[in-house]
Order: sequence, then structure tokens, then C-alpha cells
Amino acid sequence: MRGILKLAYKLLVNDKAKFTALIVGITFAVFLMIQMMAMFAGILNRASATVLNVGASIWVMDPAVQTVANTIGMPDYVLNAVKSMQGVSYAVPFYSGGALVKLADGTYQAVTIVGLDDTTLFGRPTLIEGTLEDIYGENAFVVIKDTEFRKLENPRIGTEFEVNDNRGVIVGVATVASSGLFGIPTLYTTYYRALQYLPNPRFTISYVLVEPKTPADVWRIKQQVQQLGYLALTKDEFIDRISDFYKYQTGVGTNILIMTVMSFIVGLSISGQTFYTFVLENLEKFGALKAMGAKSRELIAMILFQASFTALTGYGLGIGLCAVLIRLARVRLPDYASIITFGNLALAFVMVVIIAAASSYFGVRKVLRIEPFEIFRG
Amino acid sequence: MANPAITASGIVKWFGEGEARTQALREVSLEAYFGEMLYIVGPSGSGKTTLLSVLSGILRPDAGSVSVEGINIWSLGGDQLADFRLHKIGFVFQDYHLFPRLTTVENVAVPLILKRTDWQEAIAAAEEYLEIVGLKGRADLTPVKLSGGEQQRVAIARAMTSQPDILIMDEPTASLDGDTGQAIVGFVKENVLNERRCILIVTHDSRIYQYATRVLKMEDGRLTGVEKGGSS
Repeated sequence: MRGILKLAYKLLVNDKAKFTALIVGITFAVFLMIQMMAMFAGILNRASATVLNVGASIWVMDPAVQTVANTIGMPDYVLNAVKSMQGVSYAVPFYSGGALVKLADGTYQAVTIVGLDDTTLFGRPTLIEGTLEDIYGENAFVVIKDTEFRKLENPRIGTEFEVNDNRGVIVGVATVASSGLFGIPTLYTTYYRALQYLPNPRFTISYVLVEPKTPADVWRIKQQVQQLGYLALTKDEFIDRISDFYKYQTGVGTNILIMTVMSFIVGLSISGQTFYTFVLENLEKFGALKAMGAKSRELIAMILFQASFTALTGYGLGIGLCAVLIRLARVRLPDYASIITFGNLALAFVMVVIIAAASSYFGVRKVLRIEPFEIFRG
Repeated sequence: MANPAITASGIVKWFGEGEARTQALREVSLEAYFGEMLYIVGPSGSGKTTLLSVLSGILRPDAGSVSVEGINIWSLGGDQLADFRLHKIGFVFQDYHLFPRLTTVENVAVPLILKRTDWQEAIAAAEEYLEIVGLKGRADLTPVKLSGGEQQRVAIARAMTSQPDILIMDEPTASLDGDTGQAIVGFVKENVLNERRCILIVTHDSRIYQYATRVLKMEDGRLTGVEKGGSS
């Protein structure tokens, strides 16, 4: 069979114009599909940046919270109640809120301020400059060195700024796994300093971060929190909740889905039509092979091989092109939110398989119907 | 005359449905022998190509039987019939049907590749057959760069590579000028025909009759006579 497949390969790639058209069609379709899905994955990843960066196992929140940025304050008793629940190893308060900081040159910059539990500093970022203990110093803040860092005029340890007429000073520079979605810098401080510096409503706890004693306790903790009138979600559930919000309640998901489907249809049309034309042009030759003694399954194998080879080559090139474009885009636009996930690759692969299957189906049907006698009749 | 290579009896073939139904072959019987070059001649639409297709296992007749080397080929299943064609029959099509995207030597190797011969071995064997037909120097060219006569010789080399017992040639001179056509058929008689091989040629080119062992005349779906050689 190897020789027959090699024959199919040569028949395909030696027809340079058709082969190029096929490859370009599938590459372009894969590129568009992956690009759309990568953009969406990038948006979703950044929307869940705080959840990913803090890494708590369970997040307790008001049931109306849809995204990590839109917090609804909870009263202090919730923290105490959670701490006393069965199965809880420990629970800490967590603050997340927006603020304007006045920089040295007098300009204002919006920031996200994260307040970590004063005792444990649970969810702290990885420091690359400074020491952790300095966060307990007067007016101390740790700045996150991500793509938004430059918006604070590239602060260093000792850089001062104002928050609500309070003096702030950078005591450390840290990194996190993911930048936020909204393109604003992040400052970390202690929970109580965050409350002191920022205007707050009556209830101040954004989230209670919980660590269960065992994985089996997660379900029990969720039940107890629900009885309290609040919502407890695991890290993955919270990320899914945020993703669902952007997918289904903002229109972003629908638009990306439409673009992805359009890319698929364009790819299917170009590749399907070109491959079918390729088979039609070679129909007499397939008939001649049949007359010479090629079996139907061998002809089917040839066509499937040609379609699969084209699809997989286009798939690889499409992914490569998309990766290069994202890389290039990040050189100019550090905030560019696009990530290629394994899920995206798998989905695009399924779509490419459908394109290859649909393209070859019509070709196979045509080839199986050709009678060798037609070749004799000319 | 040697043993019969092909024995056909009472072949009937209809085409079409209803009022358009026409009978292409009417009770045709013939024998073709090893070592002979048998021509089937006649005007267009007389049923020559249909008969050739039935004899070579390509077109199933509505009635009658065809035995090749004692095997009733129309009792074989689909895959067996394909194997029969692959191993016993060599085809030279009227329009050659060479693959324009393959080199000449790869074209000649196609039947061997269908026989699952290793690619390199098939190419090596194909080169030998190209040498026989005098085209070794053209092995790496694509067919479009060859003249009509050269393409015909490539088609003959391709038909010979599987060393078939029966060589079927459909209008071998139709696309060639008179001299080239005669040279090709002369070449086939000289180099391809042997005691273990039977060559069947469908033609209406009377200029090549001189090479035939026998010439059977066909008209309106019937064998109507013998223009050269013995009985049908």
C-alpha cells in the first residue's frame, strides 16, 4: 500500500497549482479559526487572571458576582462563619478593588488594588525585587511587573505615588501568571491597608479564600456556605463562571463563534471545491487505474490520503502562521490577548478533519462511480 | 495455432433503457490464441470497443461467457476480477491515459506499484521496459514533453511491465501519423508478441493490417467475416 500512497502523494504534490491552492485554502481557514479562538481564549484567560494568580482552592462570594472584577462586598461575619465551618483548614479575607493613583508627574492612572490577608499574605505574588516583610511597612505596596507596568512610569523600589490623598510607596516588584483583561496595572498591599486607603461601602470583604482540609470537604463547605446565603466555588468553577459570563452575556462569545464558523465555511468551500476539481480532472486517470486492476479500496485510500495529507499540512501551517502572528503582535502590542490552547488546537483539528472528510467524500463517490469502460470509450 | 488464450461464446450486450435501448453485441463468439496478433476492425459504433471491454474483464456482458486461459472471468468477484486484470491483461488505451504529473518512468511503473512491488524495484523494472521501447533517455521527463509516438511507446511499456499474457490495444494508431503508427505496431509485433502472449487490437486503420495474424471484421454488433487469417 505504501507504493500506492506514494503514487497518490506524487499525483497530488506534482500538480503544484492545485496543491498550492488547496494548502493555501486550508492554511487560511485554520489560521482564521485558531486566531479567533486564540483571541477568545486570551480574553477568557485574562478575565480570570486574579483567580489564576491568587490560586485559592475555594472562593466564597455573593451569589450575584459574575466576574472577579465586579465584586459585591460581604460582611465580616461571613469570614468568621466560614472559618468555623466543618472541613475548612483555613479561610482568609481578600480585597479587590479599583482606584486612581496620582503619579509623580501629576497624572492619574487607574489601578487594581489587591488586599491580601495581613497575617498570612495568602495569594501573594512572586517577588522579583524587594523583600516580602516590607509589605508591612508604612504605606507599602508591591507593584506587578506585567505588560501594564509601564503605565505607572516603570516604578522602582522607593517610587512614591498618591492614592486617595494617601502616600504610597513601592516596596517590592513582583510577577504573576497572567495579566488582567482591562489593561490597568495592579498593586498588592495588605487587606487592612487597602480598606484604609480606599473608600468603601458598609461591607468590605470582596472574597473569602478557603482551603479545605481534604478534597472531600469541598462539597460540604459549598453546602454550608449556601446555607449562609452565599456562594462557594472552586477555582475551576469560578473560572468557568467568568468564562460563561463573557461567552453568553456580553456578545463576545457569539461574535467569535460566528467568525470561527465563517472561517470554517470559507475553508470548507475553498478546499472542498479545489479538491473536488482536482479529483474531477484526474477522474479519467482513476478510471484507467481501475481498468488496470486497482481495487476500489485502493482508490479510496489514495483519495483519503491526498485529502488527509493536504488537511494536515494546512493545519500545521495554519497553526504556525497563527503562532508567528501572535508573537509578532506581542512585539508591538504587549497587551495583545491571544493564547493558543490545546482545546483550540483540538477543535480546529476536528474542523479540519471535517473539511478533509467532506472534500474526499464527493471525490470518492465520483471515483467509485467511474466505469473503466468509459475510459475505453474515450 | 497454439492454445486459445481467450474463448468467448454467445456474448450479448445491451445499452440504455426503454426506447433508447440498443444492442451493442449480438451473440458474438471468437477465440484468440497465444502467439497471435488479432485485429478486430469495423466502422465506428460497430461494437469493437464494447467487445474488447467484455473480453478484458472491464464490462460485464448481459449473456454469454468469456474464458481466459480456461477461467470464466465473469464468474469472478469484483476484487478477483481486478486482480485478473492486473496480472493477466495489459492495456494500451486510445488516449494513452498517462499521468501528466508523473515522470515517464513512474508512469511505466504504475502496474507494478498496483501489484505492491517496492517503489524502487518498480522504477528499476520500468527503466528496463523503457529501454526496450527506446525511451530510456526520456525516463525523467513528464509525458507532455514527449511526442505522440513516444507517448504511445510509454503506454506500451506500461502495459508490458506487468508481463501480461494478453495485451489489449485500443485504436493504437488513432492519434499518430501514418508512418509513426506503422512503426509502433511493427515494433509491438517485433518486440512484444511472443508464443506466450496474445495481442488484441481494435482499429479501423487498414494501413496496419499487414502486421496482423488474423483480422476479424465487425459490423452492427456482429462478427461478419474474416479479412485476413483463418476463421473467427
